[in-house]
Parts: sequence; structure tokens; C-alpha cells
Amino acid sequence: MFVIPIKTFQKKEKNTSKKMSERIWNILIEGFGKIMLASIQVTIPLTILGFGFAMIIAMFMALVQYAGVPVLRQFSRIYIWIFRGTPLLVQLFLAYYGFPRIGIVLNSFVCAVIVFSLNEGAYCAEIMRSALEAVPEGQMEAGYCVGMNYLQIMWHVVIPQALRTAFPPLSNSVIAMLKDTSLVAEITVADMFMAAQKIVGRTYEPLWLYCEVALIYLVFSTVLTFVQRYCEKKLSAYNSRETEAASVK
Amino acid sequence: MEIRKLVKSFGTNTVLHGIDLTVNKGDVVAVLGPSGSGKTTLLRCINFLEKADSGTMIFDGQSYDLGQMRRNQIAEIRQKTAFVFQNYNLFANKTAIDNVTLGLTSARGMEKSKARDIGMEMLEKVGMADRAGYYPIQLSGGQQQRVAIARALAVNPEIIYFDEPTSALDPELIGEVLQVMRQLAREGMTMLVVTHEMNFAQHVSNRVIFMEKGEIVEEGEAGAFFEDPREERTRAFLRSIQER
Repeated sequence: MFVIPIKTFQKKEKNTSKKMSERIWNILIEGFGKIMLASIQVTIPLTILGFGFAMIIAMFMALVQYAGVPVLRQFSRIYIWIFRGTPLLVQLFLAYYGFPRIGIVLNSFVCAVIVFSLNEGAYCAEIMRSALEAVPEGQMEAGYCVGMNYLQIMWHVVIPQALRTAFPPLSNSVIAMLKDTSLVAEITVADMFMAAQKIVGRTYEPLWLYCEVALIYLVFSTVLTFVQRYCEKKLSAYNSRETEAASVK
Repeated sequence: MEIRKLVKSFGTNTVLHGIDLTVNKGDVVAVLGPSGSGKTTLLRCINFLEKADSGTMIFDGQSYDLGQMRRNQIAEIRQKTAFVFQNYNLFANKTAIDNVTLGLTSARGMEKSKARDIGMEMLEKVGMADRAGYYPIQLSGGQQQRVAIARALAVNPEIIYFDEPTSALDPELIGEVLQVMRQLAREGMTMLVVTHEMNFAQHVSNRVIFMEKGEIVEEGEAGAFFEDPREERTRAFLRSIQER
């Protein structure tokens, strides 16, 4: 707050500054409503759908590599190579602005879901693959020795253990992805960030509004972090030596 | 079970030079030998964890070519055998009881409640019934190995292979595992045991095989083997053990 030492101006200044803060307050309230609405309409569904499909893709790509399925294994390597090796924003632009030239026109939200699934799927596939490979060889051998076949061992023993190992890095990915959804504003999807941008365009208050939207992203990722911690505790039963976790019968 | 001329090599390094081995029903056969002699590899080839180059196996009257086993043949034999590992290899994400029953419910399609009864009975046998709900990491090495033995017993095998079952254990935990194995031997379970426990070989097994450099050097009744070994190499080995 700048102080003007001339007495006669003081009253007027107080008034304007009061008016100013009131105006900003109103903008922030309006912004909060619109940003939250956008989060419900776009950011949250995009994150859930994108990550859901990404997990399916990742699981498939990781399993064909782990099992060494011919052809599919190479296909999976090429897929990961491409989607991990090019920027997400470029992929979004290519799919939304580029593909119409070859006759593929997609709704912007659908386009965002597809690109996010494929991009995130590539990263998560690598997480899953390393988690599968981290399961000791002896687990597989023990499964064979009690008469189980490959698929039974994978289902009951290897995949559950790999998911436990992969859980923390996967949580990391979902948090990163939540924040990356702000890029979809660039392909005309009306997400949280675009909602903020629109109000900035009208009111010229970038400082407060971008702070506000940043804070809302922060709250969302914090919630995810708590969910992660809770789930990790639940999942860690067989990793902890605490015998109380094992209630007999 | 009978093995004829089993050959196995890793690359150019031949580790088993035509092993012949017979285990009759009710036999407890101990396999001794210095490390690197191929004992563990022999066991792993017999249970198809390693693929043998060539050889013949006669199991339950059926003859199999070890060099080219089909997947369903392997599965067929594995349904009748069980394996106890040096480092237990309990399923880390399963409790003790689930470790014992998984082979029954998933591989043999047994009902959960029935499998559970068998599982508890087996845990009882190895003295681990009170730890049924514990995860492997919450158990000591000796307890884990006893659960592993219960898991092996649960599938009602015709033969159990033991791969140095006590080698990873602290000395004070070896006793509890050996005691369980002794009890199995008394009950007439057929066992093929790779071991460094001379005491077990001498007093529990009825036959002893001494291996060195991928060959069977000497084979005989347990008593005779220890009291009057025929081969110089066997004598040298037993001396080196006793000096320890």
C-alpha cells in the first residue's frame, strides 16, 4: 500500500483502495465459481479418464514386454519411444490442429483424453515393466513348483506384488498429469486454466487469478497425496513387520 | 523316479555329465558334495526349472525325454512333485495359510473351504498353525521354511525335492526345520534332499549320493557311506567336513 503524506488526499485514497480490494475480491469469488465448475466439467473427468485408459494401456504394454510376446513386444517399445520422446503439447497440437488435414477431426475434449491416455500410458508402462521385473524370479519358480501355470502365477502372485511396487511412482504420475491437463486450454478445451484465462482477459488481474488457480491445483494435488498415503498404508500390510497388521483369522 | 544320463550345460560349460539316479517310493536320498558340484542344478533340471540338454526320466512308470519336454508333460509331473527352496520363496503377498492353499485353489481348482482345512492341517504338522494369518516378512527364516514345507505337503506330492533347505538359516533355526523333515521321513515321504547337513544325511536319509564336478562319485547306504567310503574323493570330502 503506498502512503501519500498529503493529508487532503488521504481520505480519497482510502476509499479507492477499499474499492480496489472489493473489486478484486469479487473477481476472485467469480473466478472460484468458474474455475471449480471447469474442474468438475473438464479437469477432473479428463484426469480420471486419461489416467484410467493410461493404466490399461500401460498394463498391456508392460505385460507383453515382461512375457516377451514377439511382435507386440517390439510394438510396445516403439510406442513408448515415440510418446515418451515427444512433448505433450506438440502431441496435443498435432492431434487437434494437424490431424484435420488428413481428415481426422476430433472433438477437443475427446482429443485431449486420447492424447493424455497415450502419453501417460507410455510413462506408466515403463513404471509397470520395472515393477514386474523387480518381483524376484523365485516367486515365479515357487508358483510353478506348486503346479500353477504362467497366467495363474501372474494373476495371484506377480502382478499384485508389482502393483504394490508401482503404486508410489504411479501416484506421482497421476499428480503430474492432473497439473499437465492445464495444457489442454491450448486446444480450446475449457478447463480450469482456461476459465482463469478468460476472466484475466476481461479484468486484467493476472496476478490474483493465476494465484487463485494455482492454489486450486495445489489443493487438488494435496488431496491426491493424502489418498496416496492412505492407500500405501493399506497396501503395505505384507511389507511391514508389524504383526498387529496380521490379525489371525 | 528314475533319471538316466542327464546332461546339462550352460553355454560351453558342462555342469552335469550324464547323471543316473534312482529314487524309490519311501526313499530319503541325501545329495552331498562341494559347492559347484552341480547338486542344485541337478534338482532344478529334475523339476524343469532349468532345461536339461538331454536325458531320460521315468516317473511313475512313464518315460519322458528330458531334452524335449512338452509343456503339458512338465505340468503333469509337477502336479505330483513339490519343491522346497533354499531361500523359501514364499509368496510375499500371501499369508502363511494362503501360501499353503494357493496351489490347491488356483492350480487344482479345489474349493476354498476344503483347501483351508488341508492348509491348516499342514500348518499344524509343521507347528505353524498359530501363525496362519502372518505374512512371510513377519516370520523368521525357520518359520518361513516350515511354511514352505507345509506348502509342499499340501499338494500331496509323491516326492518332495529339497534344495539346501537349511543353508540360508541361522544356526539356531536349523533344528526346527530338520525336525520337521525327520518327521516326514518317518511317515514314509519320498524325499530327495540336497544338503550340507551331515547329521541329517547320516541319520535320516537311507541313501547318500556324493557328487563332484557334475558327476556322481559315490552312492550308497547311509551307514556304509559314512563309515567306509569307497572312493578317495569321498573320503577327502568327509575329512574336510569333519575338520571344520
